[in-house]
Amino acid sequence: MKQFFTFVRKEFYHVFRDRKTLLLLFGLPITQIILFGFALTNEIKNAKIVVADYAKDVASQQIINKIEASKYFDIDRSLMSHEQLEAAFREGKIKMAVVFPENFNEDLVHLNKAQIQVIADAADINTATTLTGYVTNIINDYQTQMKNSQAMPMRIVPEVRMYYNPQLRGEHTFIPGMMAMIMMLVCVMMTAISIVREKELGTMEVLLVSPFKPFMVILSKFVPYLIISMVNITSILLLSWFFLDLPVKGNILLFYLESLLFIITSLSLGLLISIKSESQQTAMFVSLMATMLPTMLLSGFMFPIENMPIPLQVISNAVPSKWFYVIVRSVMIKGAGFSAIWKETLILFGMTVFLLVVSLRNFKIRLA
Amino acid sequence: MGAVRLNHITKTYNNKSVVAVDDVSFEVQPGELFGLIGPDGAGKTSIFRMLTTLLLPDTGEATVDGYDIVKDYKMIRSRVGYMPGKFSLYQDLTVEENLRFFATVFDTTIEANYELIKDIYIQIEPFKERRAGKLSGGMKQKLALSCALIHKPTVLFLDEPTTGVDAVSRKEFWDMLKRLKMQGITVLVSTPYMDEATLCDRIALIQSGKILSIDTPRAIVNAYGEQIYALRASNMYRLLNDLRASEYVKSCYAFGEYLHTTLKQDNETTRNELMMQLRSRQHEQLEMKPTEAGIEDCFIKLLVQPV
Repeated sequence: MKQFFTFVRKEFYHVFRDRKTLLLLFGLPITQIILFGFALTNEIKNAKIVVADYAKDVASQQIINKIEASKYFDIDRSLMSHEQLEAAFREGKIKMAVVFPENFNEDLVHLNKAQIQVIADAADINTATTLTGYVTNIINDYQTQMKNSQAMPMRIVPEVRMYYNPQLRGEHTFIPGMMAMIMMLVCVMMTAISIVREKELGTMEVLLVSPFKPFMVILSKFVPYLIISMVNITSILLLSWFFLDLPVKGNILLFYLESLLFIITSLSLGLLISIKSESQQTAMFVSLMATMLPTMLLSGFMFPIENMPIPLQVISNAVPSKWFYVIVRSVMIKGAGFSAIWKETLILFGMTVFLLVVSLRNFKIRLA
Repeated sequence: MGAVRLNHITKTYNNKSVVAVDDVSFEVQPGELFGLIGPDGAGKTSIFRMLTTLLLPDTGEATVDGYDIVKDYKMIRSRVGYMPGKFSLYQDLTVEENLRFFATVFDTTIEANYELIKDIYIQIEPFKERRAGKLSGGMKQKLALSCALIHKPTVLFLDEPTTGVDAVSRKEFWDMLKRLKMQGITVLVSTPYMDEATLCDRIALIQSGKILSIDTPRAIVNAYGEQIYALRASNMYRLLNDLRASEYVKSCYAFGEYLHTTLKQDNETTRNELMMQLRSRQHEQLEMKPTEAGIEDCFIKLLVQPV
């Protein structure tokens, strides 16, 4: 046991004496959160839109007022013809146009049905969806109000409500995604590199010719990165709580336990990579390929998995961060309990066991 | 029973296309300082790695301290000390941290075996707060030796410990090895430096995975069997060519500032005729004197005409 602690202490020396690694380990999560939390939101503020009100009646005015009141739009009220609108879109002057036809209120009152034309610049598909989302929300909101106040006859209103994220806040998807990515990156890459470094420097050779069990070498590599990852998780949580106003809604203990599981999954993946690679460069490259890309593309945090072709959907199941992303979203944002995420937990657990078994079977007690 | 015993050991790499160690057998007695002498790529490191259980031999068997290198690898790992050819300590740990770490890994403490490493460690102790990566070559080797010795191994394997070390440190290093021998530790050391061979009790000359000769350095030198003449002149390169072209000369190799030459028929007449021949070719400051054979002479002779 004393040997083990000495080994762990040695690992900490390695981490703390290498300024660059240290900066990467603790700086990366903070920079990422700040970047993604503040700078790179998919939220759109003050988008230039045109409202062409051909109706000029009560209902249209009320809706326009509502749109104007929101901080998302910068409204230009002008009666543009369709040709003019098209020109404005082409020149990139406006992002969206809302057109009220004549007799808007009349139609609404008499026919119980009226139309608003919403045109968005879909060249920028993200902005377009977001903006139309905002407007549809505002219109729906207005309809609900009308229903209550005027006792209008029952009619089917498509109720589009944005669950958990009514304002479509970017942080709600980014924080869980970033968490998964940072944990993976730190754990996989750091473990892989630190084990391969011992091989490359030749210290592994000396360690093998000692009574110290090879497996203990691995285990003592896990401990420092596990602790560092826990610190990182905490700093991410604190950042998102204080700066992004996004506390953990669910059970914090459950959250930490799930994170611990995911960290161990990542460490095992790092171990497997380290066993298979001979140089630090290879280890780093493979780690990046195995963590960054799949986490960005296939975990569902940047691109919805449901929209992907079937083969990609199947592949995405093998990405551990996908499951952790679901878990974090459930526990942190929705406040769900264990019963909602037991399936994901089980999958992560299975992956960990699999990775560990494969690693241990391939672990070399000799040089070749 | 020998402390180390190899029995027809063969080791190949790359699907048997490269033979690194070719049917090698030898025995090292307990308490012996045994040297593996040979150029780079001769197979020294492969032999060391097999004996330290890091590599498996293709065929043959070997024991260290009576334990089989394949079956009893765990026993061997806790008994031997190993210092690889490449500096293999943690560069970002200080001298003392490195030593303490390896002491703990071997389940002992610096204090428990301080006597054993005292002579060596005392020289690097003033720098014990310094990171190992910042040490000079000689000090690195002393630290590595201290780390390999800290658990009082029964057999010590040193793979080219003096490569890249200055002359003074090399001498100090060999003095240390002599002292270890007195403590009863069996030492196997490999080196590409022929001049270090004479410092060993017994040596094995090795080339291309094959043992050329095993004996005490004295006996190997005595077995040379011919008189060597050291020749010198102002233009060494011309002298070498002329000697090699001469009908009296059997072999001629450059050795430092002299040319070591053996004659086909060694007698007064041929020696004089050779000198006359050389003088006729206008060699200036010509000098010829008999000299003793060194290990390197033996090595070259063995290479040219294998046993």
